[in-house]
Amino acid sequence: MATTKRTVEVELSTTGLDAQGRPQRVPLVTDAAGNLVPVTASPAVEPDLEGDHMLINLGPQHPATHGVLRLVLELDGETVVRCIPHIGYLHCGFEKTGEYRQYNQIIPYTDREDYLNSPGNNVAFALGAERLFGIEITERCKVLRVIAAEMSRIISHCVWLGTFCMDIGAVTPFLWIFQQRERVYTMLENWVGARLTTTVTRVGGMAADIPDGWAEDLANFVRTFPKVLGECETMLTKNAIWVGRTVGLGAMSAEEAVNYGLSGPLVRASGVAYDVRKDFPYLDYETYDFDVPVGQAGDVYDRYLVRVEEMKQSVRILDQALRRLPDGPVNVADHRVILPPKHKATSDMESMIHHFKQVMEGPRPPIGEAYVAVESPKGEKGYYMVSDGTAKPVRWRIRPPSFVNLSAIPKMVEGHLLSDVVTINASIDIVMGEIDR
Amino acid sequence: MSDARFMPVLAGHAAASDTPAPATPKNVPYHGGPVNPSAEALQARFGDAIHRVDIVWGETTVIVERSRVNEIVRWLHDDAGQRYDYCSDITAVEFRDFERPIEVVWHLRSLPYRRFIRLKCLLPKGQPLAVPSVFDVYRGADWFERECYDMFGIRFDGHPDLRRLLMWEQYKEGFPLRKDFPLRGRFSRSEQLRQILSQNPEAKYSMEELSVLEAFDELPQDMQQRLGKGERVGE
Repeated sequence: MATTKRTVEVELSTTGLDAQGRPQRVPLVTDAAGNLVPVTASPAVEPDLEGDHMLINLGPQHPATHGVLRLVLELDGETVVRCIPHIGYLHCGFEKTGEYRQYNQIIPYTDREDYLNSPGNNVAFALGAERLFGIEITERCKVLRVIAAEMSRIISHCVWLGTFCMDIGAVTPFLWIFQQRERVYTMLENWVGARLTTTVTRVGGMAADIPDGWAEDLANFVRTFPKVLGECETMLTKNAIWVGRTVGLGAMSAEEAVNYGLSGPLVRASGVAYDVRKDFPYLDYETYDFDVPVGQAGDVYDRYLVRVEEMKQSVRILDQALRRLPDGPVNVADHRVILPPKHKATSDMESMIHHFKQVMEGPRPPIGEAYVAVESPKGEKGYYMVSDGTAKPVRWRIRPPSFVNLSAIPKMVEGHLLSDVVTINASIDIVMGEIDR
Repeated sequence: MSDARFMPVLAGHAAASDTPAPATPKNVPYHGGPVNPSAEALQARFGDAIHRVDIVWGETTVIVERSRVNEIVRWLHDDAGQRYDYCSDITAVEFRDFERPIEVVWHLRSLPYRRFIRLKCLLPKGQPLAVPSVFDVYRGADWFERECYDMFGIRFDGHPDLRRLLMWEQYKEGFPLRKDFPLRGRFSRSEQLRQILSQNPEAKYSMEELSVLEAFDELPQDMQQRLGKGERVGE
């Protein structure tokens, strides 16, 4: 039978039982005489590198780098010897632009740096600006801001969990958890009209009070979200593949984590119970009853556990905030920063002056500076503002948590395999918009 | 793993037992208010190197001598009564008043004592902008100092790898966050576009990265120098 096409029949056959009593299955091929024989391993034909190291360029256009991050990896075989991160591909100069904007005009920029945590950033910026103006916000505003911040913590961790699963290869939890994230976005849309770039706060108050019936929506979410989260946990926490892919990777000890400046779930996974909400409280967080989850080994698996537990604690805080939400005004009555009612502007001289000054010049804080840090989903998010008495800040500085967390990646990936670099990078929960700003 | 012996590191564990629990600051005064005890300790320990102590909006600011920053920060980090083990932020401020010196700002936290302090040093105009690095005290200072150098041109003496961080290495327009840098940049839009298009950011390796390739050492001296200046094939 003359044919140029060479076919090799491959079948599976049981040659015996392995140590666990399961049938061993090996592929069989037909040899020259037409008999079925087990495949023997062919000799390695890999190029012999003779111990030479190789440079691998991961990113900047790579789905597993979560944005435009570029990692230059020096590999010995498949083991990472050295990792050099390159950032700056998304640098937009937010800090420079902020020096040419009034305080309320900067708030939209805070949406766009860590775009998974927009309401939380808005709250952080408003708190910093209010410190600089010397304003005490109303009780209702405080509770609404806690609700906004905790909702954004949940959606940020939802995105993290979903994309982290995808990076490791599990697609199902991504779909489940993104459905829940969508519910939060719908609530945000009903509140402020925007989903991703919310701009929910103003200096001295909020963009809007919550609409009628909104609290019931949130109560419904608080009631049902833990069930979905529990399903994801059931699927992942004791899953052998999940545990095998995450345990022991990228471990940082407690001293290292503090010295590298890590914050948020990363430092807590390493066993340091540092949470800005507990240790340097703001928005009356000390009156809420919640726990700070702390890990033990500081590896990727502990970071996963800490983040899942944080979502549950956020649900607890949301529940308490809903119960205590007081009536009353949302915005302060301080007309240096909040416009008086429109009808008074046309009838009352004082109010008209406030309108004119605010619209034409913008609110002007006294000379001074303030550094206000909040606990964002990624860690300690700080805004440092310096005022020279004009309506625009002299310096507006963002202290991005994932910037510092990412700077420790050379230490974390050292000695691990190339495939684990993706896992470790995903476990840091980076948002390049915040890192490059 | 010894679960029985594991104890998390609790913030505030070194503070005296009668220290009140942390609470949200209320009605923070513009100037004055309770001073961070570390400021007095610094004055007692370093004397003349501490120029001034301010309290603005409840935050203690200590203005220190430029040449002794590393020494002061190391003492704050190591001293058993201070233990500032966490570096929150390092940045710089330039004012619109061109006569006013540039300020370099360190925000430090003491997790064991739950304290927060701001250190500052002043860099007068017309002098070289350089301060000692605190990289050897805090590894987390690495990218903060690189970013500060990138944006303001302030050199951190003692930093092992002071390269540009956010802007690319061959960026020619200067230091973007300086006040004499226009918002739209120094060059025209067409020149900026030309420069950006002439870059191939994915094909670029730093000298440190190239040094793993053995062939690099075998290159002629002038070619190594040209590569060092950023010249790449295809530009």
